[in-house]
Amino acid sequence: MDKFTKLTSSALPLSIENVDTDQIIPARFLKATSRDGFGENLFRDWRYHKDGSENKKFVMNNITYSGKILVAGDNFGCGSSREHAAWAIHDYGFKVVVSSFFADIFKGNALNNGVLPVQVSPEYLQELFNEIEKDANTQIEVDLEAQKITLVATGASSDFEINNYKKTCLINGYDDIDFLISNTTEIEAFENAKA
Amino acid sequence: MKKTLFDKVWDAHVVKEIEDGPQILYIDKHLIHEVTSPQAFGELEQRGVPVFRPDQIVATADHNTPTEDQHLPVKDVLSRNQLEQLTKNCNKNNITLYGLGHKYNGIVHVMAPELGITQPGMTMVCGDSHTSTHGAFGTIAFGIGTSQVAQVFASQCLLLQKPKSLRVNVNGKLKPGVLPKDVILYVISKLGTNAGTGYFCEYAGNVFEDMSMEGRMTVCNMSIEMGARGGMIAPDETTFEYVKGREFAPKGEDFDKKEAYWKTLPTDEGAVFDKEYHFDAADIEPMITYGTNPGMGIKISENIPVEHNASFEKSLAYMNFKKGQSLINQEINYVFIGSCTNSRIEDFRIAANYIKGKKKADNVTAWFVPGSQQVAQQIVEEGLKEVFENAGFKLRQPGCSACLAMNDDKIPEGEYCVSTSNRNFEGRQGQGARTILASPLVAAATAVEGKIIDITKQLN
Repeated sequence: MDKFTKLTSSALPLSIENVDTDQIIPARFLKATSRDGFGENLFRDWRYHKDGSENKKFVMNNITYSGKILVAGDNFGCGSSREHAAWAIHDYGFKVVVSSFFADIFKGNALNNGVLPVQVSPEYLQELFNEIEKDANTQIEVDLEAQKITLVATGASSDFEINNYKKTCLINGYDDIDFLISNTTEIEAFENAKA
Repeated sequence: MKKTLFDKVWDAHVVKEIEDGPQILYIDKHLIHEVTSPQAFGELEQRGVPVFRPDQIVATADHNTPTEDQHLPVKDVLSRNQLEQLTKNCNKNNITLYGLGHKYNGIVHVMAPELGITQPGMTMVCGDSHTSTHGAFGTIAFGIGTSQVAQVFASQCLLLQKPKSLRVNVNGKLKPGVLPKDVILYVISKLGTNAGTGYFCEYAGNVFEDMSMEGRMTVCNMSIEMGARGGMIAPDETTFEYVKGREFAPKGEDFDKKEAYWKTLPTDEGAVFDKEYHFDAADIEPMITYGTNPGMGIKISENIPVEHNASFEKSLAYMNFKKGQSLINQEINYVFIGSCTNSRIEDFRIAANYIKGKKKADNVTAWFVPGSQQVAQQIVEEGLKEVFENAGFKLRQPGCSACLAMNDDKIPEGEYCVSTSNRNFEGRQGQGARTILASPLVAAATAVEGKIIDITKQLN
């Protein structure tokens, strides 16, 4: 898994609420058997018309906006548990998603793929949208160690929560499998006690 | 300390607590299907790690499978590849697979309960958010991502923070024609799609106590649509009766021992929940959705609310509905009865009961898709198939089908579908398709009338 410590980047604003994972990656693209290449179809049906041409109105097709941070409306990632949504976001090149609220399963999936979900207050989220609207090149700093997100130009910052275990994993690029396997003895003891 | 049903089951499965971090939770049963498992098998292979407890895993093919001509090779190359991959992975790792054509094949959340794989007090996971369905048995069951599927493969455990607790109480007498689907659509319409995020939900009150297991599964199935990872209902006589005698249920003395334990699971009197809601059953009516998330629901006789915000307006624009509009008499060309929410025998009984002696509307294309081979069989045995055929409906073969349109069962662009499934997201049933969620009764009535009718007028 990719390591994450600190990132400064411009951001892509997606001010839609309740973005579900069916929008992030539609079900018809879930037929792959590897994790690669999902970025191509990230937000497919918002990004492209049915004939395959670009939907110029969608923010991802607006060349003004770019960056490794996706700033999204409330309740991001609800619906289906498909980890393909996190893979698509990661594969497209995002390292951070900022929202005022995340659905549980998406949040976990993102963390398991080195994508940091940063939950901020609705007011701070609005401030981010406002600043990006004023200047598409607005730089945002995300510091995992300090658990702080900052608008570089104004200095307006906000703290965010992450549990210590996951923080350590992200900073070091560890994942849960190794940790779980290292507990096999305890797991077997649990099984024996239960039987 | 007074404990909730959730506490009791959770605490009995904690292997270890990590200081200032998550807990290691033991998983009793792991259900898998073709779509969210291949990358997890790949991950293990890449690491050279074996599957830790293959006998605690059960696999089925459901998401991708065609609902016609299942005896023939699957036409779609990518779907076929994914299905073949599942077979290979299961063979290689000694995992039981109920693939296409097997008498136990079906939607994962339909076949596991009906085989007695799902039992009270268990922890169960599957790479599918509707795993919450199994909570109907007093089981902690929830959907996981593919990385977590790999974790369970490798260790039969997951690293999790214990969620907060939420209880939804519905008491009183339901009106005629108000089904479990209406109850949960009503609750979600009141609480919204994220009220349950971070929580595990318990459904309590006489409305749930009086429900069949099928009804309870419909309710728990949609817990995730209000954001809750899972939903549970206390196991009782209805639960024990349902489980008893099923293929993989405990037998004889073993059953009695288990049953005695299951009886200790219901929430203690006076246990405290982090959040609690109360609803009156008499306020609930047959429900439909008008928007693009399951929280956007109204009583069938109500008008679409008038709200002023961009997301709401985007949603109505997608559906081509107007604020304040009634959906009564809205012409509907597609009807889907199926999905892990409503494809059990009871759902088809309800549909058949309404349809008996009537005819399918000419403008309607209807897909009736049983949740499993066993449900399909039962539909035939109970004479429901004949009722459907006499009315001009054709039964299809089991699978997830038009709920997520991964196979050929896609609703065309711009068309409305009254669907008994669980999600009305944009494009969920096909690119540009417009989904209206409803109960099997409302779906059956729509299929007969070719439009949405105020079913309450026929019931009262």
